Order: sequence, then C-alpha cells, then structure tokens
Amino acid sequence: MIEIKELHKYFGALHVLKGIDLNVQKGEVLSIIGASGSGKSTLLYCTNGLEAIQKGEVIVDGVSVHSKGTDLNKLRTKMGMVFQQWNSFPHLTALENVALAPKIVKGKSKSEAREIARQQLEHVGLGDKIDNYPSALSGGQQQRLAIARALAMEPEYMLFDEATSALDPELVGEVLDTMRLLAEEGMTMICVTHEMGFARDVSDRVAFFHQGVMEEIGPPQQIFGEPTSEHTAKFLANVR
Amino acid sequence: MNQSISFFSGFGPKDLWFLPQAAWQTLVISALSISTGTLLGILFGWILSESKIIGAVTLGLVLDAFRSVPLIIQLVLFYNLFNVIGLAINPFWAGVIILAVYTSALVANVARGGIEAVGAPMRRASRSLGMNYLQTIRHIVWPIGLRAVFPSWVGVALGVLKDSALVSVLGHPELLKVARDLITRTQQPLLVLAVAGAFYFALSYPISRYAAHLERKWQS
Repeated sequence: MIEIKELHKYFGALHVLKGIDLNVQKGEVLSIIGASGSGKSTLLYCTNGLEAIQKGEVIVDGVSVHSKGTDLNKLRTKMGMVFQQWNSFPHLTALENVALAPKIVKGKSKSEAREIARQQLEHVGLGDKIDNYPSALSGGQQQRLAIARALAMEPEYMLFDEATSALDPELVGEVLDTMRLLAEEGMTMICVTHEMGFARDVSDRVAFFHQGVMEEIGPPQQIFGEPTSEHTAKFLANVR
Repeated sequence: MNQSISFFSGFGPKDLWFLPQAAWQTLVISALSISTGTLLGILFGWILSESKIIGAVTLGLVLDAFRSVPLIIQLVLFYNLFNVIGLAINPFWAGVIILAVYTSALVANVARGGIEAVGAPMRRASRSLGMNYLQTIRHIVWPIGLRAVFPSWVGVALGVLKDSALVSVLGHPELLKVARDLITRTQQPLLVLAVAGAFYFALSYPISRYAAHLERKWQS
C-alpha cells in the first residue's frame, strides 16, 4: 500500500504540492487528471524518491520513502516507472534494455535476465523485436519497451507519468492497450494521464488535481458524471 | 646518436635508422601523455559536470589557461620552471608531463560534453529501475557519452600526437628534432622531412582507421 500524508513540495518559492493526502491500495488503479502544472507528475516523482519533499511523508509498504536510512534503490525496484519520454537506452538492443537492471541491480545471471527480458517483451507485444535497437522502433514500441523494462524488475506498483503524451496520435492506442492489460492482470497502478477514456474505463478511482491541491477523488462514474468541485467540472468541460 | 656531427655528410644508410628510433620516441611520448591526459581529463570533465559553479571558477579556469596558451610556450616555460625550482627533470619527462596536462585540459571539455549528452531524463529512467549512481554512470552515461564524443576524442589524440613534435624545443630526440638535426647535417630537407612526415602519418593512420571501425560498429 502507498500512503501519502500531508505532502508538501516546493520548487524554490513555488509551492507545487500543497498538502496531499492519498492512499493507494494493492491492486488498485488510480488515475490522476488535471491541467499541466497542477503537480500530478511531481507527486509521482516524490512517490519513488526521485524528488525530495519538504513536509509530510510517503510510505510504501510500511517504508518511509524520504527517511534518511531508506535504501531508495531497493525501494525503487518495487515501483516501476514509465515516463512521458521513453528514454530507451540507445546503445542496447531491446532485449538488453530490459535485461540490464535485473542483471546488475538484482544480481540475476545473464541467462536468467535474458529469459525475464524475453518474457516481458512478449508480454508487451514486442516478442519479434528483441534484437532491434531502439532507433529501429517507433515511439509506441519504445514506450512499450520502457514498460517491459520496468516490469522486468517484478515491481508491485507501476507509476505512469503521462505515458502517452509524447506519442503520435496513431501510436497512443497500443500503449494504452498495454496499460489496460496490466490493469486487468491486477497490477497496482498510478497513472497520471490526459487520456480521459482510459481514466474512465480502466481506473478504480480518479483524482483531480488543481494548482497543487487534490480537489476531489472518487470512482470514475462520479468524477466524470457528477463532479463536486467546480474546477473539476470546468476542466472536464474543456477537455471534452 | 651521440657521435660527433660531421657537417654535410650526405644522407647515408645509417641515417635511415635514426628516424624510426625517433619515431619510437614520438610514439612513447604520445602514448604516455595521451593515456594519462585522457584519464585525468575524464576525471576533470566529471568534476566540471557535477559541480557546475565551483568547478567552472576553479578547475575550469586553470584548464582554460592550459587550452589557450600555445603549447610551445607551456613547454619552454614549465621545463625551465622545473629546473629553476631545483626539480632536475629531463626533457623527455618534462615533455610527457606537460603534454599530459595539456591533453587533460582538452579532454576535460570533451568528457564534460559526453556526460552532459546523457540528460537528466535518461538518468532518472536509470535510477527509477533501482540502479545506483555508479551503476548509472558505468552502464548508461559512460557508453552513451563515449559514443557521442568519441570522434572528438580521436581528434584530440591525433592533435596531441602531432603536437608532440613541439617537445623538440626541449632537445629530446623525437621525430622532429632528429629530422632537423639530419637536415642540418645532410642538407637534404625534402627527403628527410618527407620521411619524417611519413612516420607521423604511419603513427596516426592506424588510430584513425581503428576509430572509424569502432564508430561503424557502434552505429549498426
């Protein structure tokens, strides 16, 4: 379980997150929606310790992420993260991209790591691309590669930071399908997204962020059907 | 090479043997200074990229000085300085040390470029997989950065190989010094310089061929 308590984050004088309280249960799919700059992505970065926080606490399976003694590298293997930019490692083949972290972080043997990588690449539908370099893959394929790379660490949580925002429109579908597949398999997911269809169909809950505040959170039918906050209503009216 | 100099002796078969010996000296000087200079330069480049402000005003300034003062002035200046402060150092080691520092100043910039070619998002992706700082440097930043700046490094290395000719001003019998001595004695400047030039080419060409081969391999 991920517990976020009274989380405050500043970039210099800029107050980006203004006291976020949020719990994510095992097996849950949470979508976070809201305008750019509302602090959604920053919340993900704070959740796996890529960004420091100024106040509050993030607890993942009982471990406080931002405490001094916490082994962040170990904790991050529990939380796969997929970014807006896929950041494939350009000097490695698809298979090597996925096999690298299991080998050097988890100490798997070379053949074990390659077997894991092969399975995960097949999992995301790239079974026929294992020997390709990223430069020979489309953006959608590279984003699925990034998903496979994160899954190879056998994470218990997956964090998606606008995973489809940088993709050409015709490539968005294949990545969303992969994310949908993970959700059906029971993966715990936090998805920062601009894909309202995905948020409505796949999520258990949807949270709406506005200027560093979580305005409201609830089941997708309620958020999309009868939002209680006028900010939410306005935002949804604009994106539709 | 210490026999008495007989002026205008003509170009004899013995003289042919001086040039390969001198070329070997050039090769040793270059290999020592390029390798140590490259290691130092990578370290400096890493410091520059990690501590932007402090690195730039301290180390960056020193390296700028070494990059901008002509090498021949550095050689004469430091060689004499070594002797003035009582560090008895022969022209060979003086040349190697100064060339190495000069190389490191050039490589530092190249190395910083390589490190900065791997942006924050790429590093974040690596860290998010649980790789620590050193693993990220070794498995992500190093290979990607190396591919990005390798051609620049080869340019630096070939440049230093040729610039090692300037060590001749300290009197060490490397290629250019020996060639000049031979010209004085034999009065055959065209022949001697052509042979000396051919030796520089013979030293440089394999390096650039091998570099081109590596680049092709990385691109595929």
